[in-house]
Amino acid sequence: MLIKKQYDVVVIGSGPGGLAAAIDAKKSGADDILVIERDVELGGILLQCIHNGFGLQTFKEDLPGPEYAQRYINEARTLGITFLMDTMVMDVTSQRRLYLSSRDFGYLEVDAHAIVLAMGCRERTRAQVRLPGYRPNGVFTAGTAQRWVNVEGYMPGNKFVILGSGDIGMIMARRLTFEGAHVERVLEIQSYLSGLSRNYVQCLEDWGIPLQLNHTIKKIMGKNRVEAIEAVAVDEKWNFIPGTEEVIPCDTLLLSVGLIPENELSKKAGVALDPVTGGPFVDEHFQTSVPGIFAAGNVVHVYDLVDYVSMAGSEAGRSAAEFALAEKARAARYIPLVPGKNVRYIVPHKLDKKALEKGDISLQMRVTRPIEEDVWLEVRGDENSIVRRSERYVRPGEMVTIVLKPKMAAEVEKTGKLTVDIYPKSEA
Amino acid sequence: MEASVQEKYDYIVIGGGVVGAMIARWLSRYEGRLLLIEKEADIGMGCSSANTAIVHAGYDPLPGSLKALMNVRANPMWDQLAGELNFPFERRGDYVVAIGEEELPLVEKLLQQGIQNGVPGMMMIDAGEMRSRERDINPDVSGALWATTGGICDPFQVTVAAAENAVINGATVLLNTKFEDFIWEGNRVIGVKTNRGDFYARWVINSAGIYSDAVMHKAGVRPEFIIKPRKGEYFIFDRAEVQIHNVLFPVPSSRGKGILVTGTLHENTIVGPNGNVIDDKEDTSMTKEGMDELLDGAKKLIPSLNLRHSIANFVGLRPMGNGPCYTPGINYNNDYVIEVPSSVQGFVNLGGIESPGLTSAPAIAEMVVDLMKDAGEEFVAKKDWDPIRPGRPRYAHMTHQERKLLCDMDPRYARVICRCENVTEGEIVAEIHAPVPAHTYDAIKRRTWLGTGRCQAGFDMTRVVAILARELGVSPFEITKRGQGSEYLYRTTKDVEVANVN
Repeated sequence: MLIKKQYDVVVIGSGPGGLAAAIDAKKSGADDILVIERDVELGGILLQCIHNGFGLQTFKEDLPGPEYAQRYINEARTLGITFLMDTMVMDVTSQRRLYLSSRDFGYLEVDAHAIVLAMGCRERTRAQVRLPGYRPNGVFTAGTAQRWVNVEGYMPGNKFVILGSGDIGMIMARRLTFEGAHVERVLEIQSYLSGLSRNYVQCLEDWGIPLQLNHTIKKIMGKNRVEAIEAVAVDEKWNFIPGTEEVIPCDTLLLSVGLIPENELSKKAGVALDPVTGGPFVDEHFQTSVPGIFAAGNVVHVYDLVDYVSMAGSEAGRSAAEFALAEKARAARYIPLVPGKNVRYIVPHKLDKKALEKGDISLQMRVTRPIEEDVWLEVRGDENSIVRRSERYVRPGEMVTIVLKPKMAAEVEKTGKLTVDIYPKSEA
Repeated sequence: MEASVQEKYDYIVIGGGVVGAMIARWLSRYEGRLLLIEKEADIGMGCSSANTAIVHAGYDPLPGSLKALMNVRANPMWDQLAGELNFPFERRGDYVVAIGEEELPLVEKLLQQGIQNGVPGMMMIDAGEMRSRERDINPDVSGALWATTGGICDPFQVTVAAAENAVINGATVLLNTKFEDFIWEGNRVIGVKTNRGDFYARWVINSAGIYSDAVMHKAGVRPEFIIKPRKGEYFIFDRAEVQIHNVLFPVPSSRGKGILVTGTLHENTIVGPNGNVIDDKEDTSMTKEGMDELLDGAKKLIPSLNLRHSIANFVGLRPMGNGPCYTPGINYNNDYVIEVPSSVQGFVNLGGIESPGLTSAPAIAEMVVDLMKDAGEEFVAKKDWDPIRPGRPRYAHMTHQERKLLCDMDPRYARVICRCENVTEGEIVAEIHAPVPAHTYDAIKRRTWLGTGRCQAGFDMTRVVAILARELGVSPFEITKRGQGSEYLYRTTKDVEVANVN
């Protein structure tokens, strides 16, 4: 596989948003599409979501996460989309240049006519909920535990308490129970469930796992590994209610306390972020504040169902393709102006061929060395001379101008570049 | 490293904190076999890795105290030290900020104290100047002491680099090796008993930090000396949200230098510490009260700070001793103990090396060597002593061009394992096989800053455990966060019968 210098659309992330964006960008006419994935496999976080409940809207089927992802992966592969795995995007500029760090391809620079940001979201951690106590091993986000169990095949504990009634936490409660672990309790500081009701019924109630609303953790105990947590009831302002403390022995605490759109790269590209969602401000085509940079899925705001992430990805992909094609067509209209014999530089450096139809274009340049005799100033296309005029001398201190006229448009249209030579008539 | 373990040494240093590591580095200049023992799974796991990372100017300690002497002597040593050992250090200066007119006289008093201690380069700046230097400062600022010689460092790397330099020059570092007792010949210490056997030496140096009282009591020295941990809690803020470049102290109180707001060399802002004296030497737990105290303290300096942007917290226990003042006649009872006690031969005794202990470490090391000379030790300088500890590549800080060259040379550097801090597999592998090897997750974290970012290891944890297992040739079940008892994994999935037996 060869990584090109320039792509029509580069998609960052191969989760549901990124895969849908890549597929629809391709279907909308963009040719060269590159999807960059930091993991070694495609599919993003869907790969560790081995429970069902995906695809009811899109496929009218109840699929597990990896199968949902596989349908998109298969389609993308059929469409000939390029994937770069085990690769991290280190930097993105507002000029849509990306710097990539890739185990297989080293450090790369890639330019894109359009970019789709599809980095998804990350989990809130212990510090953001500010849990007092020790900092032993055994405090994991629910998603990290999910990766241990479902991807790596290891159990990161035997006896769990889960803080937060987010969907991943509830799904992990059931998953861990399947694996023979004991889930002692799910604690939720709010007075209501933070995830989907169906997950409460299917993942907690059906398995007899107690959910305690208006409860949080007062202290994490255990110096090297979690030994217990101290649960406490809270009032409506989340103050601890004295006397309600209860020590629950466990070896692992899972946190399912919310998700945050992951926009560190967006910031590097200068994309403006909404402080409420944590994601970029977008228009109806999911274009961000930076022209040509689109965003789709959980990177914009945290969704409840994957099907909606895919739909957003599709729209962003279509829009990105449209932008990329327009950008590509605009770029194709330009030809470079090349300094030839005795020319040091030419301004402008490139020329929109269509611009000549509207009027004169003057080319300004300086020569490399003086010629104190009659000279030709000549503009050449790939094959033919387009215009030639004479001067009695040229000197580096004096700027030289050649004017292209609308009547030359047909000749200019045929060429891929324009070269300017300045030479003595005696050498012609 | 383990292959070079012997029974007989010339010098044994007890404790691999920054002070012990620095003493080892200083002793490694001289001929003789040198052993450093550390009870934990890595060096620098105590106070040395949980502090404010400041190289103090020296205006704070009481004039006449050994703290003041060591601080002011050590401060100018840091530029050369950082250059030789290749750890991050920046002489940014620091500020003691007066909020409200009533605090101004206290700051001016500090200036006088600094002058008395011999601290160069201090001056008062007015409120307007302070506001222009830190735009988020409390608008009620009335002035500040500016100490130009204050600096910040990466204390993890300081400790590692000093110990590595000692190892490069022939020293042995033994981790998971706990001091149990001394071995005697009359009133001469001739070795130490540890959980890993007996080791003999002509000199044993007590730099056991928070447990230095227990060690000196085993030597029969200063039975009245006790260490009370002073608990310092801290918050770390996301550099993407909070940007404080300066080192800002409040006006100090009897409980210490107060709750600072300071930039770090990792560009994160840290807030802390408080300083509650506790009894339990292992109590590194964060308290709800402490969190509230920190926020209140920090908001006094930077009112706009929002805890929502905090990404981590940590707790350090500073070893506050009850040593009498170095200068007789001064009523002060929390001074450093650095001595060769007359009652015991072959023993250098340190105790109560709390703040400014990190700053003072090189001067303490120098003083230890001098005290040993005074006690008759005839040091012979090594002809081939190498002062340089080579640094290792840090991908996150490189330019695009540098990264390209490094990745072409070794593709493991192109594989980013920590997404927030951009730490690569190449860097992790290098630390696992370094002169003082990192064999736990936290050891790698302290050396590379991996897992410290906004996702707090959510992404890298599974990957680092796999890399550690592969590089060490062990099962992932043996990989720990901070040593035995802090394993990550219990069993494989599908092994439900095992679970039920347990």
